[in-house]
Amino acid sequence: MAAVVSVPIAKRLGLGSVLGYLIAGILIGPFGFGFLGQEHSDDVMHFAEFGVVMMLFLVGLELQPALLWRLRIPILGLGGLQVAVTALVIAVVGIIAGLSWPMAQAVGLILAQSSTAIVLQTLNEKGLMKTEAGQSAFSVLLFQDIAVIPILAFLPLLAMKPGSSTSLMSNGVILVATGQAAEQGAALPGWLQTLVVVGTVGSIIVVGRFLMRPIFRFIADTQLKEIFTATALLLVIAIALAMQQVGLSPALGTFVAGVVLADNEYRHELETDIDPFKGLLLGLFFISVGASIDFNLLVQQPLLILGVVLGLAIAKFTILFGLGQCFKLPLSQSILFGCALAQGGEFAFVLFSFATQNQVLPASVANPLVVAVALSMALTPLIMIIHDRLVQPRFAELTPDRDDDEIDDNENPVVIAGFGRFGQIVGRLLAANGCKATILDHNPGQIEMLRRFGFKIFYGDASRIDLLQTAGAARAKLLVVAIDERDTILEVVELARKRFPHLKILARAIDRSHAYELMRRGADGVQRETFGSALEMGMEALKLLGVRSYKARRAVLVFKEHDEAALQEMAFAGKRDETVLIARSRQLAQQLEQLLQADDQELTNEVDLAWDISALRQEKS
Amino acid sequence: MLGTSNQILILFAHPALEKSRVNRHLIQAVRGLDSVTVHDLYEEYPDLHINVKLEQNLLLAHDIIVFHHPFYWYSSPAILKEWQDLVLQHGFAYGHEGVALRGKKFLSAITTGGSDKAYCRQGYNFFTIRELLVPFEQTARLCGMEYLPPFVVHGTHQLREQDQIARHAEDYRRAIVALRDGAIAWDKLSQVKLLNENLALIL
Repeated sequence: MAAVVSVPIAKRLGLGSVLGYLIAGILIGPFGFGFLGQEHSDDVMHFAEFGVVMMLFLVGLELQPALLWRLRIPILGLGGLQVAVTALVIAVVGIIAGLSWPMAQAVGLILAQSSTAIVLQTLNEKGLMKTEAGQSAFSVLLFQDIAVIPILAFLPLLAMKPGSSTSLMSNGVILVATGQAAEQGAALPGWLQTLVVVGTVGSIIVVGRFLMRPIFRFIADTQLKEIFTATALLLVIAIALAMQQVGLSPALGTFVAGVVLADNEYRHELETDIDPFKGLLLGLFFISVGASIDFNLLVQQPLLILGVVLGLAIAKFTILFGLGQCFKLPLSQSILFGCALAQGGEFAFVLFSFATQNQVLPASVANPLVVAVALSMALTPLIMIIHDRLVQPRFAELTPDRDDDEIDDNENPVVIAGFGRFGQIVGRLLAANGCKATILDHNPGQIEMLRRFGFKIFYGDASRIDLLQTAGAARAKLLVVAIDERDTILEVVELARKRFPHLKILARAIDRSHAYELMRRGADGVQRETFGSALEMGMEALKLLGVRSYKARRAVLVFKEHDEAALQEMAFAGKRDETVLIARSRQLAQQLEQLLQADDQELTNEVDLAWDISALRQEKS
Repeated sequence: MLGTSNQILILFAHPALEKSRVNRHLIQAVRGLDSVTVHDLYEEYPDLHINVKLEQNLLLAHDIIVFHHPFYWYSSPAILKEWQDLVLQHGFAYGHEGVALRGKKFLSAITTGGSDKAYCRQGYNFFTIRELLVPFEQTARLCGMEYLPPFVVHGTHQLREQDQIARHAEDYRRAIVALRDGAIAWDKLSQVKLLNENLALIL
């Protein structure tokens, strides 16, 4: 309820939905109206972490393995350096502040994390994901998510009491950890644990690659939308649970699954189905972050906590900015990069509680830091607003417009809806001329076959506007509607015209009256599906009757021109006055005959006039 | 002539503008000028199916007609020849009744791959550019149009520097604007072989 009220208000005020959710969380939390108790909010938080899991699954879906491979340098270089340098700097500060070396190390590593959830949500909302800074931020976040695993393994080694770490030393294999796994890990020998982990990740990849396609196809064949949604959810939840069982971060597991499925033709359908759940759960997650801010501690140690928040933000920003510059980002992008990642992350909550359990950190150190991290997360949307309003405008004039082409965002300029006998020809012609198209079709058999020939084709019902959205209609230049069904074509054209005003729409018309309808719905180009081939055949007929080829061809072109002009006129005659069209269509047969007769003579004249010297000869004689 | 602006129709013919290096810049330089209509024939008629009536009306509405094209085999690209065959009808452009174009001015604006040195008795093209353009000159004469010295950019195969191309584009723009505004020393035109050989003299 609080979210329903505060999120739209926050969005209207230009603060972004993340801040709205956080405020809602503070309001209903133990220190606001107290609807949500402290223990309670932990439960909610666990539940809501699923939102983060789903978000990473969706992020994975957007990332084809090839793109991921291209990002390897930013991920390892930028991400690795960020974690290492930040951890070191914070550790040094910690020592100066009087912490022991192991404690300082732990705090440094934990605070080096940034918040995947907040940053990605904010960047996506502002449409900054495809910028250089957005891509860099994403790379760093990805590295951090991966780095959580070795950090979890490493933390117990820093324990204050050396004895407690011995059992974990035995499975010091880098990949293994999390609280649960640590307990199980004691029971399983290290090599077996490793084997289980590798096996699970391997089976996700194998299953995703080879098994999911027939399964999705089987389900798509049932034509039941709910079942598809249920399968998608089941998939994500199953992977998350499996990963938790073997002791890996569920978020990382679903991310891997997403990447594996990114090449799948059902990708857009999956995205569309999971997205609402992700949105809700992620919202819940932000609310629980808001609710978990312990204002008592803040009141008790205001200076310390505010100092940590500010210090953290400044230190992180400086390091990120420096790294951005080292990796040759433009100045404005470096600043954005720094601003975006200058907070603590949600993993800090997990890591701090883990560290306290393992007696690496005393509660007196961890608790104020948890509050500081939560506050710094809450501040991120504010920092981004300040950045938008005050910093970025200064660069607006300095940086010339860049070509969008440089940023490969996996989106094609053309969307073809319907890939049957009509759409195929359009698609093949475009492909043969190097134009990339995203293709939507809802015939699973067709999809299978076409993908084998390397077309980028996705399963889906194009009359669902949200599917057009995920297929990239908002960024595409052109939509080709080549569906078979008369009414569906009208529906898609009408929806697309309203929803994506910038889009050029070419539509397939079943017949003349369908063409009128389409033109009046604002299609930019309309082609009657039988017109072109019928004209070609008419030309063949003329030739067989002894008309010379070139004359036959010109006769066809003249006829086509006249017919299309008449089509245009009649379509819009109907628009001005509906009765005109009705009256006309009633007399269609009769009128068409008249029209053709009149045209015919005029048309022949026009064709014959070219290269005709009879008038010239008359004049000479 | 001063004070009134001439309406200029540029009939532009380039079958592969996307590969053009020079013509692209030339046509860009005159696009959007007031009283100048750029009519891109290959874009308008990809089937070479020319709308004769429309073309004749365009001719009637303009005072100066420009054929702008690369010089292919000592002539124009195919579509412009087709255009001439169809649009310059007997009874419209020539013949007793054909006086529609009388008194208008005609300009060829062409680019040639070979340099100016190639277009002389010692060069491999043997004939001068004016000699080779005689069919156009005579077409204009027969239609009762005044034939202006042609605007020729020679040696496009050697043109590499962007600023050289830009200079030609600017010359073209200046010439068209001067023709439009009547800011030309018409009496001096007979002294030049090419419109752009000495722009300072005639502007």
